Amino acid sequence: MTRIIHHPTTDRLRSILFGSRAHRGVVFTIALYALLVAIGFVYLQPLLFMFITSIKSPGDLLNPMVQWVPTELYLGNYARSFRVLNYPQTLLASVLISVAPSLLQTLVASVVGYGLARYRFWGKPIVFLLLLITFIIPPQNTVIPQMLTYRNLGLLGSPLALILPALLGQGYRSAIFILIFYQSFVSLPKVLEESARLDGATDLRIFIAIAMPSALPAYIVSFIFSTVWYWNETFLTTIFLEGGVTTLPMQLSRFAQAYENLYPPGVVSIFERLNEAVKMSGTFLNILPLLVMYFVLQRWFVESVEMTGITGE
Amino acid sequence: MMGRSRSRREISLRTREALHGYGFILIWIVGFLLFTLLPLSETFHYSLNQVSVTATHIHLDFVEWANYSRALFTDPNFVELLVGYTVETLVSVPIVLIFAMSIALFLNLKFRLKGLFRVIFFLPIVITSGPVIKELTAQGVASAPGIANIPAVVDFLAQLPRALRSPVEYLLTSFILILWFSGVQILIYLASLQKIDKSIYEAAAIDGASGWEIFWKIILPSLSMATLLNAIYTIVTLSHFSENRVIRYIYNQTYDVRGGIGYASAMAFIYFGVMVILLAAVYFFLMQWAKRESK
Repeated sequence: MTRIIHHPTTDRLRSILFGSRAHRGVVFTIALYALLVAIGFVYLQPLLFMFITSIKSPGDLLNPMVQWVPTELYLGNYARSFRVLNYPQTLLASVLISVAPSLLQTLVASVVGYGLARYRFWGKPIVFLLLLITFIIPPQNTVIPQMLTYRNLGLLGSPLALILPALLGQGYRSAIFILIFYQSFVSLPKVLEESARLDGATDLRIFIAIAMPSALPAYIVSFIFSTVWYWNETFLTTIFLEGGVTTLPMQLSRFAQAYENLYPPGVVSIFERLNEAVKMSGTFLNILPLLVMYFVLQRWFVESVEMTGITGE
Repeated sequence: MMGRSRSRREISLRTREALHGYGFILIWIVGFLLFTLLPLSETFHYSLNQVSVTATHIHLDFVEWANYSRALFTDPNFVELLVGYTVETLVSVPIVLIFAMSIALFLNLKFRLKGLFRVIFFLPIVITSGPVIKELTAQGVASAPGIANIPAVVDFLAQLPRALRSPVEYLLTSFILILWFSGVQILIYLASLQKIDKSIYEAAAIDGASGWEIFWKIILPSLSMATLLNAIYTIVTLSHFSENRVIRYIYNQTYDVRGGIGYASAMAFIYFGVMVILLAAVYFFLMQWAKRESK
C-alpha cells in the first residue's frame, strides 16, 4: 500500500493534480476557472440578457421557444428608443454635464490635496474630519436649500447648478478626489520642489510646473472616475436640472412616459406598444457610451488605484 | 540674542508656510461654507418648521420638534423603512467585503486570460447607476435566479422567526444586486494586496506555512485598513443610492401635500443620524478586529 502511494508515478500524478510548491495543480486550476467563469457570468448575464432582449422582434418576444437566440436581428426597438430618448441631444447633454464638472472638480481637488499634503498649518485634522463629513452627508440633507437658492438666482435647470459646487471643491464625491491627490502628493519626493524654492520660484509656480506633471496618473484616474460618477448620478441631476437640461439617465427614468407621448397606446398598432425589448434597448443605449469608454480606457481603471495609492498606509 | 532672532524667524517662516497652505485650501473652505454648511443648517432650520413654498418666497411656521416626533412616532412607514435599511445594509456590507476580497485574491494570482476577467469584474464600476439597476431589477435579473420561488425555500422562510426572515429573504432576492456594488472595493483590495512584500510569502512558505495559514496570518491582517475603507465606502454608497427606499420616500414626501419640505428635512436628519450610528458601529467593530489581528 505505502509503495503505491509513494511510487514516483503516483507522486507525479499527485503533483500534477493537486499542485506542489512550484506550480498549481490541475484540480485547483479547474476550480479557479470554474469560479471565475461563474462570477463573470453573474456580471455579464444581465448585459447579455439586456442586449438579446433588445434585438427581439415583438413576435420573438411573445414566442416562448425563443429565449437566448432571436430568430432575426430586429433593430426596430433601437430606432424607437433612439427617438424616445432624443438620443443625440440627451447624449450631448450627458457628456457636457459629466465632463465639465469633472474637469473642474479634478483640478480643484488637486489644488486642495496639494495644500493638505505639502504645508503644515493649524487645523488640518479638522479639515480632514470635515472632508469625511462632506463624503457621508446624504444629498437630501443639503439639496433643498440649494435648489431654492438656485431657483431664486434663476440657475435651476442650468449646467451651472452642477458646475458651481464642483468649482469650489464640493462636487459629487469631491472628498474622495481630494484624498487621492493628497495621497499622491504626500508620496512624491520633495527634492525638486525644494530646489525650485531655493531658486526663487513661487508656490503656485512650483505647484503648476513640478507637482502637477508628476501627479499625472492621479489626474487621469480622478477625471475618469469623476466623469463616470457624474454620468451615473441621477438624484442631484434630477433636482438641479429639472425643467432645463435633460441627461440620458434622466430621460431613461421617464422612458415609459416619454414613449407613450410619442407612440400613444390607443393609436399605434399592438406591435408598436411599449414592451420589454424597447425598454431594454433604451437601457442599453444609456450604458453604451460608458461601455465604449470603459473598453477604450480599461487599462486606467484596472491600474488606477495602484498608481495613485488611494489605500494609504 | 542670536537664538531669539532665529526663533522669531522660524516663527515667521512657519506662519508663512501656514498662510500658503491656507491659500491652497481656501477655495475648499469657501465651498464648504457655501455648499455644505449653509444648506445643512438651513435644512436643519426647515426641519423645525412647517414649510410652505410659494412662487416668490418661503413661508416658515415654527413647530419645534413636531416633524421629528411625527416621523418617529406617527408615520406608519418611515420607521419600518429605516429598520429595513439598517438590516439590509448590515447584511450587504459583509457580503460585499467577502466577495470583493475573494475576487481580489483571485485576480492577484497569475493565470491565463487574467486581463479578460479583470475587465469583466470591473464592469460594475461603470454601470451601476440608479435607472440601470432599476431596469435590471424590474427584469428579475438581479436576484439569485429563481431561488426565492422554490417551494422548499418558501416553506423554509415561512418557518423562520420574523426577525430573521427579512434579512434572509433580502439575501435571496437581492444577492446579485449586492454583487453589483463591489467594483471599487475589488480595486481597493487588489491595490493593498499588491503592496504586500512578496518575500514575506516566500519566507512563510519556507517555514512550512500552508496557503491557509498564510491567508489568515499574513494576508488578512494586512488588508485591515482596506477593509475599513471598503466598509465605509460600501455603507455610504448604499445609503446614497438613488433607488434606496428611504431616499425615495423622503424625496416623495418633499413634494407631497401632507409631507412638505419641513417634514422631509426632519426625516433626512433622522436618516443621517442612523447612517452615522451604523458607520460608527462598523468602524469600531472593524477597529477592534484589526487590533486583535495585529497582536
